[in-house]
Amino acid sequence: MYDTGGMGAAARPLHALNRVAFGPRPGDAARVRQIGVERYLEQQLDAASIAEPPALSERIAGLRTLHMTPVDLFREFQEPIRAAAKGDVAAQQAARRQARQVIDEAAEARIVRALYGPRQLQEVMTAFWFNHFNIFAGKGLCSIWTGAFEEEAIRPHTLGRFRDLLGATAMHPAMLFYLDNWQNTAPGAPGTHGKFDGINENYARELMELHTLGVNGGYTQTDVIALAHILTGWGLVKGGAGNGQPPHGGMGLREGSGDAALPGNPWWRRSTQAGGGRARRPDGSHGPVGPCGFYFDPPRHDFGGQTLLGHQIAGGGIAQGERALDILARSPATANHLSYQLAQYFVADNPSNKLVSRLAARYQASDGNLRDVLATLFSSPEFWDPHCYGVKFKTPYEYAISAARAVGAEVINVRPLTGTMAQMGMPLYGCPTPDGYKNTAAAWLNPEAMMMRLSFATALGAGRLPLERGPGDNPAPMAGVKHPERVRQVEFNGASAAPDAAQLALTLADAFSPRTADAVEAAPIQLRTPLILGSPEFMMR
Amino acid sequence: MAKRCGDSEERADGGRARGLGRREFIRAAAALTAAGITLIGPHAWAARALGDGPSRKRLVVVFMRGAVDGLNVVVPTGDGPYYEQRPTIAIPRGGDGGAINLDGHFGLNPALDGLMPYWNDGTLAFVHACGSPDPTRSHFDAQDFMESGTPGVKATSDGWMNRVIAALPGAHGPTAAVSLGPTVPRILSGAMAVANIPLGRAADHPMPLDNPKIEDAFDRLYDGRDALSRAYQEGRVARQRLLGDLMADMREADNGAPGPAGFGNDTDRLARLIARDPGIRLAFAALGGWDTHVSEGSNKGQLTNHLKPLGDGLASFARQLGPAYDDTVILVISEFGRTVHENGNGGTDHGHGNVMWVMGGPVRGRRVYARWNGLDPGSLYQERDVPVTTDFREPIGQVLGVHMGLGAPALGRIFPGAPAASGNTSGLIKA
Repeated sequence: MYDTGGMGAAARPLHALNRVAFGPRPGDAARVRQIGVERYLEQQLDAASIAEPPALSERIAGLRTLHMTPVDLFREFQEPIRAAAKGDVAAQQAARRQARQVIDEAAEARIVRALYGPRQLQEVMTAFWFNHFNIFAGKGLCSIWTGAFEEEAIRPHTLGRFRDLLGATAMHPAMLFYLDNWQNTAPGAPGTHGKFDGINENYARELMELHTLGVNGGYTQTDVIALAHILTGWGLVKGGAGNGQPPHGGMGLREGSGDAALPGNPWWRRSTQAGGGRARRPDGSHGPVGPCGFYFDPPRHDFGGQTLLGHQIAGGGIAQGERALDILARSPATANHLSYQLAQYFVADNPSNKLVSRLAARYQASDGNLRDVLATLFSSPEFWDPHCYGVKFKTPYEYAISAARAVGAEVINVRPLTGTMAQMGMPLYGCPTPDGYKNTAAAWLNPEAMMMRLSFATALGAGRLPLERGPGDNPAPMAGVKHPERVRQVEFNGASAAPDAAQLALTLADAFSPRTADAVEAAPIQLRTPLILGSPEFMMR
Repeated sequence: MAKRCGDSEERADGGRARGLGRREFIRAAAALTAAGITLIGPHAWAARALGDGPSRKRLVVVFMRGAVDGLNVVVPTGDGPYYEQRPTIAIPRGGDGGAINLDGHFGLNPALDGLMPYWNDGTLAFVHACGSPDPTRSHFDAQDFMESGTPGVKATSDGWMNRVIAALPGAHGPTAAVSLGPTVPRILSGAMAVANIPLGRAADHPMPLDNPKIEDAFDRLYDGRDALSRAYQEGRVARQRLLGDLMADMREADNGAPGPAGFGNDTDRLARLIARDPGIRLAFAALGGWDTHVSEGSNKGQLTNHLKPLGDGLASFARQLGPAYDDTVILVISEFGRTVHENGNGGTDHGHGNVMWVMGGPVRGRRVYARWNGLDPGSLYQERDVPVTTDFREPIGQVLGVHMGLGAPALGRIFPGAPAASGNTSGLIKA
């Protein structure tokens, strides 16, 4: 099934682990060699068949806010901020500190799964698709909804159908808030009020440009406007009792004032007349849709028919949006755009047209089945082309995660890792723009980045990152790096906690150039692990 | 396929013989900079920088994040509605604690009196009713647009200052662009390398790589001519240079009087670095704390408390630049202005047009550049805000064109889709 003929047998397990996983942990390369890369890839494509270690499951289960709905998150963490706005500064700070817990737990879940999760392809694709549908935790309510977005809208669909992934993101409160569609209102609609007074085309545009068709995907400004009209009324659950409440009862929205964390005139202060009542729904749909705080607000929707990308979309309610998502997900431009991105991530910064076309054809033939597309990719000669071995420059995220995996670090405190990513310009959940982070060398390879990577490699390789301390013990992410006396101590006294260089070389299948091998051999023993982690081979995947 | 994955060829080229020479050079550079000697050697990029012309023209951008209230910075004392709309937070017309008269119509917030010598010597100007044409009142979007240089276009991946580095002939040294702070901000992000100068006490914290034994070990790994080795080598030289300058700077600072607190210290250090290192062409710093929705204050209060250290810091920055001030333009920008009327909490809300500060030897100052339509409700943007009558890219474009010497094609790449010049700021920079 897999055409692995091009690449030498010795290189194949490491290549698979570098691309399909976040690099090898101790023992991984030997294990893949033993069962064969074909079997390994089949397992990874069938994530559900891989058992999760109980310790990891327990740790994830212990992250309380990760399992809360956006509605509950809002009640528990946003309402105190609003309430505290009337109080003193200390109370405000306490409420905000409390809310920080949510994004901290999201980051911890992401990182420990990437480090220890055996379903590595799923972890890789979660990061990939989150980035594709990027939201920014620094924008208002996204700070408490980012983890829920990843957990509910991204992770369950990473190896499923793209249409499901698209629909889940389109209806998630985090996306609705991030790209402003929650305010998108038909001009002159009965539900128009205050800030909800017209078209907001922000989401409609990014939905086509970034999420589906691609910037050259053949849509026009007229299509953007039409799609924005189609998506009017796609918003957030709002206040009032007994009308249009989702099963868990809405966001407990009572009249309030003085929320400094949100722009303008917040939606939950709206009186119930604006869409709260059971308005007529010409398309027969009923009430709010989606379990997580999504609410379709008919009085703000444009029920007129639209033309989108040459397709006639009859007048109606929420069904118009669903139909638009169907059209976008099935478009050949979308197949091409997504295939290019997958090929760029898994194969090379500039993937061949031939490979992209083959993946796009598979996408079309399978009606957007992402697992099928990946299977085609992993069995392609391009994936196994020896010229593509080790040519992807790791992003800061991939570098930090793969390094911690390679040394088998016991990570109790993820902050040294998230801090490192932030210092290197790739804060987790911190990309403000909807296009997400790039994964090319052009984006990440620069002199300052090399200095930071080598500092991180030295600190991790010398056992000087406070990964094993409780999160509260040392909030400074790069402590240990900044203190020269500690480095000297490492150099002259050695460090008992430092990962062993010989073990690390074995984990990485001893795949080093003569130059790296010579440099490692020539170095003092306590510098060998830092050198391997800082080697060109380890910068690449 | 092989061509597309050609990175591997580059990596295979160790270039060892030449690399050794390069390593020796780096070592020598480190020794010299540590000894306080500014190094210009036979290094590829350094030689290129010299060969392409002796330009020492610089641009420094200070971003006030959070939307400063420009109407209380450069105060329209000649507009009656200003006082009607701001019963408690207006800056008085004159007298003790009043606005310092600039041109008869506008006055300067008295907290910025430290800048008056520069106004008086003709090297400080303001551009009022200036800003982004995009109507957003989101800090997030507006800052993003002002940093990408493409209002309304969210997918622009790099910042306009990074595109300036790429366009400047010879500006390819590792310290061509420096950013005050630990990360590369949006405005400087992109393909070109940027050096970071840590803030405050972190500035002098060595990295493990500063340890000679660790450096020596990594030098062996990265002694080639491949992309990673080149990035490593340039990173080492940049760090040696900045670190050497910083250490020399701190010795001087110890000998002299302590500088002003906070921003002043960091900008003073930046100014001395610029004065010392002719390779620095662009610098960026950001300051927060301007989002005055509540209790903004008049000539005493929150806004004034923030303006005072900024004004004094800029004056000190100009002094520290020394002769380099004559070749430097400093721009102070903010994402949008604030409402003309004061709100129910003694503050102001998100508005539209704002004031840009333009300072430096090349500036034709002592003038407020603006197409100013007054503050009657009918002349306001959406009947509440100062309209944007001058696109922020227009004065910046003049600085880049006239001062930095960039031509129209480069400006087109830096600000794609910028509107034709209004002429409101013509003559801002001396030819």
